[in-house]
Amino acid sequence: MDLTNDKIIQMYKTMKRIREFETNASTLFAEGRIPGFVHLYIGEEAVATGICAGLNDDDYITSTHRGHGHIVAKGGDTKYMMAELYGKETGYCKGKGGSMHIADATKGILGANGIVGAGHNIAVGAGLSAKYRKSGQVCACFFGDGSTNQGTFHESLNLASVWKLPVVFVCENNLYGISMHQSRHQAIQDVADRAVSYNIPGVVVDGNDIFAVYEAAVEAIARARNGQGPTLIECKTYRQKGHFEGDPANYKPSEEVLEWMSKDPIPRAVAYILDNGILNKEELERIDQEIIKEIEDAIKFAEESPLPSLESIVEDIYTDIVEEVR
Amino acid sequence: MKTMSMMEAIREAMSKKMREDENVILFGEDVGAFGGCFGVSAGMFDEFGPERVRDTPISEGVIVGTAVGAAATGLRPIAELMFVDFVTVGMDQLVNQAAKMRYMFGGKINLPMVVRMPLGAGISAAAQHSQSLEAWVAHVPGLKVVYPSTAKDAYGLLLKAIEDENPVIFLEHKLLYGVSEEIDENMKPIEFGVADIKRAGSDVTIVATGKMVHDSLAAAKILSEGGIEAEVIDPRTLFPFDKKTILNSIEKTNKVIIVTEENKRGSFAGEIAAIIGEEGFDHLDAPILRLCAMDTPVPFSPILEKYYVPSVEDIVSAVKRMF
Repeated sequence: MDLTNDKIIQMYKTMKRIREFETNASTLFAEGRIPGFVHLYIGEEAVATGICAGLNDDDYITSTHRGHGHIVAKGGDTKYMMAELYGKETGYCKGKGGSMHIADATKGILGANGIVGAGHNIAVGAGLSAKYRKSGQVCACFFGDGSTNQGTFHESLNLASVWKLPVVFVCENNLYGISMHQSRHQAIQDVADRAVSYNIPGVVVDGNDIFAVYEAAVEAIARARNGQGPTLIECKTYRQKGHFEGDPANYKPSEEVLEWMSKDPIPRAVAYILDNGILNKEELERIDQEIIKEIEDAIKFAEESPLPSLESIVEDIYTDIVEEVR
Repeated sequence: MKTMSMMEAIREAMSKKMREDENVILFGEDVGAFGGCFGVSAGMFDEFGPERVRDTPISEGVIVGTAVGAAATGLRPIAELMFVDFVTVGMDQLVNQAAKMRYMFGGKINLPMVVRMPLGAGISAAAQHSQSLEAWVAHVPGLKVVYPSTAKDAYGLLLKAIEDENPVIFLEHKLLYGVSEEIDENMKPIEFGVADIKRAGSDVTIVATGKMVHDSLAAAKILSEGGIEAEVIDPRTLFPFDKKTILNSIEKTNKVIIVTEENKRGSFAGEIAAIIGEEGFDHLDAPILRLCAMDTPVPFSPILEKYYVPSVEDIVSAVKRMF
């Protein structure tokens, strides 16, 4: 695998940044500082990180309601993300979107999405656009196992495959669609099996192994960029928390939780980094402290930012109509 | 100047914009070599090729969703849904994605896309191929809704729709594809939110959309013989909506009837009536009337279908009752 130590350190930082962001989001939500719904990505960091590590800056991603990790991994700024979670004017969406709708067009982030399965279609559109413009861009489409039962999954994989679009479909099989275990919501174990019906490669990887995810991503992205069409990558992972913050998740058996906690992707990456002498303990600690500080700063930025003005409620619906809406 | 049917006008407007801007593409079910279910895109495949005039599978959800993703990333897609009735299948992509993305993202992403949808009764296509669903889309903040009644309006409004930076729903009444008139191909696009007075009159205002504009004009002719001069106004766009032209007309006529082909319950005609009630009440000498289709599914048998839709005679007698 073609991975420099610098790249490995970058990937570790991204995973750690996601974990730190999410852990703080959990606390802030519990303290009542963040309104609305928050769906956390804790435990799934290796997926977004490994896939995005293979993408270029101008490549696209589509995301889900559990989108913080994807946005961080694609280069989103945690300061503007946190401000958006707070509903502040300085947030990515000026406080109009919140946790489920963060987007950053300058980084190719076509938005988190509150509708399960909606990103699939949008990714096909981005793929068509990239192919038509011959831009060489690729779109990675993140989605959960739960969304693979939506009609959009089928429509999108079918169209992307028949048009040979540069899309990488990334299923984060975290074993649950809200409270429903995968074994109860579909009769297959591997979502990747469905690739057969689109005549595209279907790959299963350990989604908690950052290097396995990266390797699969690089291959699928190269395929997409070369005009060979989409790939379905299924990353087996686990949602360590409930569906949303406040969900006690008592539908998850404790043995299952324990088993998956032992497969947490971050300690695994740490072990690799230390065992291979890529960083020593002190260096790792310094990186961790930098990230802790970054998220503290992001929280401070969000706390100190102004709330949106009431006048702004009618702005940004259309490019050119404001008064008729007031 | 060239005489064009509404169908030709729509085709020419799309082709003109596609010649001007290579980012404009058309896709939908059978729009390619087949030329579209109604023949609207006939010949476009030959001129622009398979990359720009694309057949899609029968997958309305991903047709609309692809337009969203393509529009967000630099293209100006025109998506055709074969019948407005099929928008139900693509409704999430239209309502939750296209309409809301710009707002949810704080204005950071524009979606210059057009979704064209034929609507309306009159060809015995029954309940799933004949509806008038303009109220559904006009209800949703983030969409613009265009509904032309003449070939020239279709041409000018579609030019504008393709230039617009926002999602535009473009509604085409099937029975109007054949109406024709002389059109200056170099005409300027028609601005949204500007109603057109299709016939001037002093005694009653008829606000009508789509095919009902033509039936209202026919009714106005009959009413004129009896000494009633009706002013017929076509809003042309349901959002943005030109209240001013309608309210000015009512100030003069003091009577208004709204004629649309929708089911009456929850119709856009009701919205127009509410606007007039709120802002034009002082001008009125009679209750606001709505003349719409019946509150039934669109029936199949020609005799039932004809009964379902307001007729010229229905418009004439409804207006007469106001005097």
